[in-house]
Amino acid sequence: MSVGRDRVLGDIRAALKRRGPLPTSVTSALEGRLKNSTPNLLPRIEGELIDAFARKVEAVHGILSRVSSMDEVSSVVLRHVEKHALPFEIVVAPDPALDGIPWSNRFTLARRAASGDDCLSVTSAFAGIAETGTLVLLSGPESPTTLNFLPEDHVVVVSRERIVLHMEDVWARIREERKRIPRTVNFITGPSKTADVELTIQEGAHGPRRLLVILVG
Amino acid sequence: MQSTAHEFKRSVEVALRDPNLRRAMEVAKTGFQEKRRIAVEALPEFEALRQQARELREHTLQHLDYYLEYYERQVRAVGGHVHWASTTEEARAIVIDICKKAGARRVTKGKSMVGEEMGINEALEASGFEAVETDLGEYIIQLADEPPSHIIAPAVHKTKDQITDLFHQHHKKYGLTGRVTEVPAIVNEARTVLRDKFMTADVGITGANFLIAETGSSVIVTNEGNGDLTNTLPRVHIVTAGIEKVIPTLDDVSTILRLLARSATGQEASVYTTFSTGPKRSEDLDGPGEYHVVLLDNGRSQMLGNEFHEMLRCIRCGACMNHCPVYQSVGGHAYGWVYVGPMGSVLTPLMVGLDRSFDLPNACTLNGRCKEVCPMGIPLPDLLRKLRMRGYEQGLMPARARAALRLWAFFAKRPGLYRAAARVGIGLLGLAGRKRGRFRWLPLAGGWTDARDLPAPRGETFQSAWRKRGGRP
Repeated sequence: MSVGRDRVLGDIRAALKRRGPLPTSVTSALEGRLKNSTPNLLPRIEGELIDAFARKVEAVHGILSRVSSMDEVSSVVLRHVEKHALPFEIVVAPDPALDGIPWSNRFTLARRAASGDDCLSVTSAFAGIAETGTLVLLSGPESPTTLNFLPEDHVVVVSRERIVLHMEDVWARIREERKRIPRTVNFITGPSKTADVELTIQEGAHGPRRLLVILVG
Repeated sequence: MQSTAHEFKRSVEVALRDPNLRRAMEVAKTGFQEKRRIAVEALPEFEALRQQARELREHTLQHLDYYLEYYERQVRAVGGHVHWASTTEEARAIVIDICKKAGARRVTKGKSMVGEEMGINEALEASGFEAVETDLGEYIIQLADEPPSHIIAPAVHKTKDQITDLFHQHHKKYGLTGRVTEVPAIVNEARTVLRDKFMTADVGITGANFLIAETGSSVIVTNEGNGDLTNTLPRVHIVTAGIEKVIPTLDDVSTILRLLARSATGQEASVYTTFSTGPKRSEDLDGPGEYHVVLLDNGRSQMLGNEFHEMLRCIRCGACMNHCPVYQSVGGHAYGWVYVGPMGSVLTPLMVGLDRSFDLPNACTLNGRCKEVCPMGIPLPDLLRKLRMRGYEQGLMPARARAALRLWAFFAKRPGLYRAAARVGIGLLGLAGRKRGRFRWLPLAGGWTDARDLPAPRGETFQSAWRKRGGRP
């Protein structure tokens, strides 16, 4: 291996007053902890799960819309587009979860990754976290990461059964449902913002200006 | 970055006379402190989480070699590369080499304190690459050709008017000739200019708030989304990180993230927390084709083995500087290097050399606020005191101060003489100052009286007053 690697690891071991790697009696315990990870202390969440999630989304300036079925998604997006005078060309993630939506014929749909000129994207969340009002999006061919950042308006569809209490529940679901962690896991809590000019909070920094969360079910 | 920490006293003089800086720091102080307080009070588990996080960090540091090697194996398993650098020079060479091999021209950067530590922008420019900072604060100070003055709000020392001027001066070349004077317009203009840079960059460099051993992931925490455009759009993603950034598991980092956002900006969660693991997968529609991590030591392993090892728990939240009266008064630039405020006063001497930054650990009131608010419970005042002792032992203290201390020690070791001398001294001073009740000038006390009056003592010494009360306050 490289000289740099040997030197850095050697210096670390010298500082810890060890000659070489840890003995296996120690490493097997450490490895056991890594392979059977369990959550540490979890903060208590007040109130009912779905309500808590909805409250937090709004607290971080997400726009929340609760609908009973996927059939209503199109009309929610249409209202949003009309309200903010956005173009009707939208990009919908090529996610099977979004296949069944009966889109209004006023929309022109593309299903692909984002380009720099896209105004609005619609994606599907892997999970929503009630503790912080956070949406979790996993990268993959059905869910390109650029859709979460390039468009000015980001619409995220999340179904009721995907809402969990804590970030730790998301890890449990990824371990359960995926062979390995995807290239990108995005935790998104509200629209993009900055406070770099005199600590004045301004929404719409480099990412989406508006985050519309459609909670289904 | 070149350190000017040895010029601290002169820099402080300049800072204290800068009205723009005064105004900017006043805004920053109230904003940060209040937001953190509210966020911490709203989480009853904060103290318990802090205790767990602290133990977690200690555990990781005690097994740092193991976790780094495990982390490296996981990165390689998903097709990423890990590079190790003992010095900033080695780290710069590694980054430049990756950019050259990628045939890069334009490099976008997410905010990275290790990147600042390495002086990566200067190195990239010197090798003919265009390096563009994309965090708004970092972008502003790159235009101004200044170092950051705060670790999470790098342009906190700049007023809106100064930013208006900078944009006006630098954005003409893009055909943007109007003056943007309001915050939304300023942010918008930066968004427009930088959007083009994002779309055409060949390499994206980000830092890492954490590295996860369990999965080989790097984590960035941002609000703007610039870090995500930086690590998603270019062909190559390079992560620069200190070796102390590794955390064992995804569950462990979740605990620490609860403390980070609250301590830094008073948010319950930052807008974007992103885990990147290797390059894009073959079936992915976007993402970088190459993923590199550069691990930097630069004095950290040395700290691991000495009395300053607790400093390695630091998660770079900035709470210590937000609550430091010295930082609030002089701003970040006076500290002369990348890291500022209390954490910088510990790190700069250890990374740049105490002989070139001896004033930093001495510019501290020891009020203890930094230790109180540190989410990792780092005993910053104790570490600063240890640096003062080290400096004294190394003979770095100015001759006059040493002489004065020796004189004081002479009396302190002889209590009878001390009491007598104090009585005489206090009596004389009291007499001389009885008319005004204060001194505007006093021989040998210019350091005090240049900036404020010295109150004249009244009556007796503390010791005699204490005795009269029978040793009760």
